[in-house]
Amino acid sequence: MPEDRPFGLRTRALHAGTPPDPETGARAQPIYLSTSFVFDSTEHAAELFALRTYGNIYSRIGNPTVAAFEEKLASLEGGLGGLATASGLSAQLIAILSLAQAGDHLVASANLYGGTVTQFSVTLKRMGIDVTLVAGGEPAALAAAIRPTTKALFTETIGNPAGNIADIAAIAAVAHEHGVPLLVDNTFASPVLCRPLEWGADVVIHSATKFIGGHGTALGGIIVESGKFDWGAGKHPLLSSPSPGYHDMNFAETFGEFAFLMRARVEVLRDVGAALSPMNAFLLIQGVETLPLRMRAHVENARVIARFLDGRDEVAWVAYAGLPASPYHALAAKYLPDGAGSIFTFGLRGGRDAGRVFIESLQLWSHLANVGDAKSLVIHPATTTHQQLSDADMIAAGVTPDTIRLSVGLEDVDDLIWDLDRALLAAARVAGTTA
Amino acid sequence: MILTTIAERRALLARSHTVAMVGASNNPTRPSYFVFSYLRTKGRLDVAPINPMIAEIDGIKAYPSLAAYTAERGAPDIVDVFRRPADAPAVAREAIAVGAKAIWFQYGVINDEAIALADAAGLDVVVDRCIKVESARFDGGLAIGGLNSGLITAKRGVR
Repeated sequence: MPEDRPFGLRTRALHAGTPPDPETGARAQPIYLSTSFVFDSTEHAAELFALRTYGNIYSRIGNPTVAAFEEKLASLEGGLGGLATASGLSAQLIAILSLAQAGDHLVASANLYGGTVTQFSVTLKRMGIDVTLVAGGEPAALAAAIRPTTKALFTETIGNPAGNIADIAAIAAVAHEHGVPLLVDNTFASPVLCRPLEWGADVVIHSATKFIGGHGTALGGIIVESGKFDWGAGKHPLLSSPSPGYHDMNFAETFGEFAFLMRARVEVLRDVGAALSPMNAFLLIQGVETLPLRMRAHVENARVIARFLDGRDEVAWVAYAGLPASPYHALAAKYLPDGAGSIFTFGLRGGRDAGRVFIESLQLWSHLANVGDAKSLVIHPATTTHQQLSDADMIAAGVTPDTIRLSVGLEDVDDLIWDLDRALLAAARVAGTTA
Repeated sequence: MILTTIAERRALLARSHTVAMVGASNNPTRPSYFVFSYLRTKGRLDVAPINPMIAEIDGIKAYPSLAAYTAERGAPDIVDVFRRPADAPAVAREAIAVGAKAIWFQYGVINDEAIALADAAGLDVVVDRCIKVESARFDGGLAIGGLNSGLITAKRGVR
């Protein structure tokens, strides 16, 4: 039998969830590209459907390749288990629908990805779930927005794109004082740079499409839960009262610490249907193997580039928590000691026009709507990722018309700086500022 | 001894063969039925219900008490407890009296007196854990569900 040991993060990135295949001995994770799985007997089938035994039924609910990815991420985040989904946004939706329903309320920091703001303020609202977005996302301000119907608090570890750092431990304390869990989108930090569960968060959500995959090939999302939140305390009747969606089962009573993950899978993922493809799970697993090494290299390049931009006259401001002048520097030192990630924003003197010329003058940086790729990326959020937001919501999310977002990749940093330098000079010529 | 680590629970399950489940229900919506059914269909552990209200569950004979079970089958390796916490000390005393090797208190069955009694009598004690979940952790069931088994190995087929 294997020995217990607190294995390190790099070891777990390679091994957790992906032991050699017991059937074939295959060392790489096999791709079980099968929609369905045969039963041993009618009794076995009945036991599986009644959730009285574990096994594969149908890949919308679970799949061996997807499960390997789920266990790997659960291990890296230090959680009880994982639930993979087709994308980051579906992970978020499934996490929320697992604990809230029409008439319920959530409190979130307003400094969020634009797609999240829209999902919260339009789609969830249509479904009867009201979300209060709190500008700044400070713990006291979040606490003030909590109502009797509030079911959870929500924040991003590193806000997209403003780069604000959440005071996770303080927000978790606020949540727990009110009997609700803290959900954290940890996409920009990855479990290599920050593990929110260690700071008291209860559920971690990722767009695995970003750093976790790293290659820009596969969409995916993941939910990881700590197993420490008491879902049976009565605040979350979806989990602690008989569910008409599953034989009147009381998930908290039947599954104890696994209640949230079980309901998320067998009711919400089942009914929403946003399952992760086994092929994508395989691609994401390949990414996770090198995640610890890549994040270190991402952060090294980001530090150099943030300092470079900070020293340029064409640049009005740089919002990177890794810079000592950042108002979030102290929080970054606490929660992200190995680096504040590699996604940050800056503003050019000359505003929107200078920004347009800057982006169009770049040769090496890819202009596209994604982050966390191995390749360096650039975008103008006000006209793209945050375009659907009102002006007020955009400002609350930390996006100004001159904001340019960088996702610093793994290229030779000198090449990246060479390219930025060329584009800054071109932008300055248009804007008429000094170079 | 109170078992708190994954390795200790794994070793307990590996050296055990019989489980007497106190409070096992034949109601298919009850958690105890889930656990009973899982252990019965997996077949590695020989599980029997201890419940004076029922004669059997799915063809497995129920015993009215741990004493009745022991008289017919010998002392169980594990007494698995699905009872209110207030009832736990009485179950612990009965488990000690029949010579059970271990007592396993399921989710929420937390009673300091019962734990101390069993520990002092030399039984292995597991608290606020599910024997189904812990069994599944080591036979690959948890991994199928995307749950963190905690097992890291490059050996084939060990979980």
